Amino acid sequence: MELALSGITKQFPGVLANDDVNLEVSGGEILALLGENGAGKSTLMNILYGLYTPTAGEIRIDGTARQFDGPGDAIEAGIGMVHQHFMLVPVFTVAENVMLGNEPTKRFGWLDLQRARKTVREISSRYNLDVDPDAIIEDLPVGLQQRVEIIKVLARQANVLVFDEPTSVLTPTEVVGFVEIMNGLKADGKAIIFISHKLTESLELADRIVIMRRGRTVAEVTPANMDEEKLAELMVGRPVDLVVNKTPAKPGEVVLSVENLVVLDDRDKRMVDGVSFEVAAGEIVGIAGVQGNGQTEIVEAITGLRPSLGGYVKLKGEDITTASARSIHKRNVAHVPEDRQRSGLVLPFSVTENIVLDSYYEEPISNGVRMDWPAAQEQATRLVEQYDVRTPGIDVAVSTLSGGNQQKVIVAREFDRDVTFVVASQPTRGIDVGSIEYIHSQIVGERDQGAAVLIVSSELEEIMALSDRIIVMFEGRIAGEFDSSATRTEIGLAMLGSRPEEITS
Amino acid sequence: MTAQIAAGATEESLHRATPEQRRARTVGILLLLLAAFVLWIFGLGVESTDTSTFNLSLPGAKYENIKWEVDSRMLSAILAAVIAFLGGLVLRRTYLRWTNVALAISLALTALSFLTWAAAGKSFSLVGMLVSTVVLSIPVTLGALSGLMCERVAVINISIEGQLLTSAFVGTIVGSAANIWIGFIAAVLVGALLGAVLAVLAIRYHIDQIIAGVVINIFALGLTSFLARRVLTAAPELNSPGRFASAKIPFFGDIPVIGPMFFDQNMFVYATFILVIVIHFGLFYTRWGLRSRSVGEHPKAADTVGIDVHKTRYRNVILGGCIAGLGGAFLTLSQVSRFEENLTAGIGFIGLAAMIFGRWMPFGALAAGLVFGFARALQQKLGILGTPIPSEFLSMLPYIVTIIVVAGVVGKSRPPAADGQPYIKQ
Repeated sequence: MELALSGITKQFPGVLANDDVNLEVSGGEILALLGENGAGKSTLMNILYGLYTPTAGEIRIDGTARQFDGPGDAIEAGIGMVHQHFMLVPVFTVAENVMLGNEPTKRFGWLDLQRARKTVREISSRYNLDVDPDAIIEDLPVGLQQRVEIIKVLARQANVLVFDEPTSVLTPTEVVGFVEIMNGLKADGKAIIFISHKLTESLELADRIVIMRRGRTVAEVTPANMDEEKLAELMVGRPVDLVVNKTPAKPGEVVLSVENLVVLDDRDKRMVDGVSFEVAAGEIVGIAGVQGNGQTEIVEAITGLRPSLGGYVKLKGEDITTASARSIHKRNVAHVPEDRQRSGLVLPFSVTENIVLDSYYEEPISNGVRMDWPAAQEQATRLVEQYDVRTPGIDVAVSTLSGGNQQKVIVAREFDRDVTFVVASQPTRGIDVGSIEYIHSQIVGERDQGAAVLIVSSELEEIMALSDRIIVMFEGRIAGEFDSSATRTEIGLAMLGSRPEEITS
Repeated sequence: MTAQIAAGATEESLHRATPEQRRARTVGILLLLLAAFVLWIFGLGVESTDTSTFNLSLPGAKYENIKWEVDSRMLSAILAAVIAFLGGLVLRRTYLRWTNVALAISLALTALSFLTWAAAGKSFSLVGMLVSTVVLSIPVTLGALSGLMCERVAVINISIEGQLLTSAFVGTIVGSAANIWIGFIAAVLVGALLGAVLAVLAIRYHIDQIIAGVVINIFALGLTSFLARRVLTAAPELNSPGRFASAKIPFFGDIPVIGPMFFDQNMFVYATFILVIVIHFGLFYTRWGLRSRSVGEHPKAADTVGIDVHKTRYRNVILGGCIAGLGGAFLTLSQVSRFEENLTAGIGFIGLAAMIFGRWMPFGALAAGLVFGFARALQQKLGILGTPIPSEFLSMLPYIVTIIVVAGVVGKSRPPAADGQPYIKQ
């Protein structure tokens, strides 16, 4: 089994996403495709999977050139893909998802569910995946959903497996299980390509690492003679500071206190189940945990975006449990929301409009009726300058900016006050290393000026780098609290819901 | 340590009610009010000596003269007590999942009490009304099935009304000019054609599906009204297509009550029941259904396993049009046998409501169709019985039922996840 991509070029309107990319992989090998967001990794893999047609270049399998007009062709050629956002129908069972598009049928197109279940069980036991064919997808944890994706690919007799950011949704312990699965597949002679922007796991997992930058392959290395600093430099194109520089925290008075909070999600499921913690001035508290363990709902309840069912949220001793989002914002609370494109920005609005989104109704931006646009533009110009937002102008739609610069617009808007409390959710998700460094330094800066800071992130590295104190959430409850000297393993265990006493023993 | 580790919330600490509990409280109070209303208006609104007589067989049936005579006031009092009991149960909020069941039973009992009141001192053909219920439910159920076929693949079909109306019109003209069978086929084909128009607008051109549907409705109403005035007035012979006769099924047709309702009807009624069964098993047990549902829930997932999202959507939307065409044919080739301007008068929209009420399930659509059919049958029969309620209010009944059902009874139901969103490939 030999797969070769040669001279792949993909031109999107205005963007050259892939520029003469070459890549080879053979059976029994794990190849890491490393690069920052926007380096062209996903485009390349979508071309391989037939979702995009390349502008130039060719795909060869065992020496024969193949052309893919759609995923159907790629599947037939033995290529399987596990997407970063899983391609599973949430209301279907595992068996239904696995057979979709490839259904075993009896007469009249009647589904042969027995055979579909059997396929799932066979693959599941062969690779030790432990998946129940009759479970409904939306009831499964993300780690198991990923295994369903793997079964789906294997059921189609794939020989080349492409994983797009496979570990971004997993707990550290689930990653261990995932590595075992990968090695099992490798031993079985499958060729594996995994896309990543994480340095450590590329070094640990891969037999070979191909690094992409700005649509080109810039280097091909073996992990043996590499370390993280060198990899990061190849990936970004300049030396990178991988640690966050900060002094020890000097916690002052308690700013935020959450008492016995209970919050439901949109489907009335109890996502936060009696959570209590405090955040003091001058410290950064990080909430770690796999996504979907109540972090989103906690932040929404604190910022007044979601009603709570029980408990209290107090800011400097004042009860804000039922206060509106605006009145909480007016108490100098800065909120960097989880999904910048959905709840942080109005994408078609200009940079200026987005910057005054929290102050458009009051002096000096308006007199209550009429907007003072020159004042708004002045403020936007000042903040764009001060927060290093790289934009062609303050009047362009914010949707045209890169992810990192969009995030800087939000940070500029939220931090340009005398902030007493900062809550930031996934502050650096999907943005480039340069912007990550910058946003981290801004957050530490707010702490040093005496703000209380609450960080939520599913990237454990980020939590460990930034936080002075770490709370781990599991199934809506606090599963552990650690100081900044805690190890990855300790926190990883708590993320899986192990009791604190088991961790310490 | 400031964080409290791994302690769940106790029930006492929940000082704010969940939406489910709030709903149960509202429904419970409403049921108690309903019970009081039933007792006061329907129970005390009749003379204490009145009896209501319900006929349970049609004249000329094999088993004739089955009757149910009942003390009007007594029955309503009992029904009110049952409703109050159910309201009390709901208010206790121990069995939250039974809230809707209690509500549905109470509404049915209220309807029975209402009939007792209306028929006090008179004789009322209950079976006649139930037969009408089935007949009147057919276009609503077919409309709901049409909407369901489209929404299961995430295309919102708001043009059911227009499809019904145009098919009814074409069915009349072709049926009168040629014969009734050719008229029937023409009606179904016209439904398919309008389905195809919607499909092209929504799938090929990504036009907002609500707007595309509204445009088709306006177009259908305008065109059929214009042609009805011009053509049908000038040539009235084109407005008498005849009717499909009813075909009684031996033995089953003679069963009291059930027989005339379900086994002594014409082929449209049988076709509707068969369609409900076929679509149900098709959707949930065949390859076609699995692929259709995947396209409605997560089109990108379907695409990545090689399913042609657009082709699937075209096929189902056109099939949905055919079903609406069948409904249109029923209106003029079975029910009234002549076309009038705006003959449908909102049946298509009620069908859409029935689809939602039936939670996008074929048997749900049928049940919802029967509820709306009952409301319309009630409206017609009460007109004959002569009640103190003004006829204008009676004609509002089906629409009021629609509003109540969609706004209140449905609760939270889940449409297909991608409903209404065009699928755009990069």
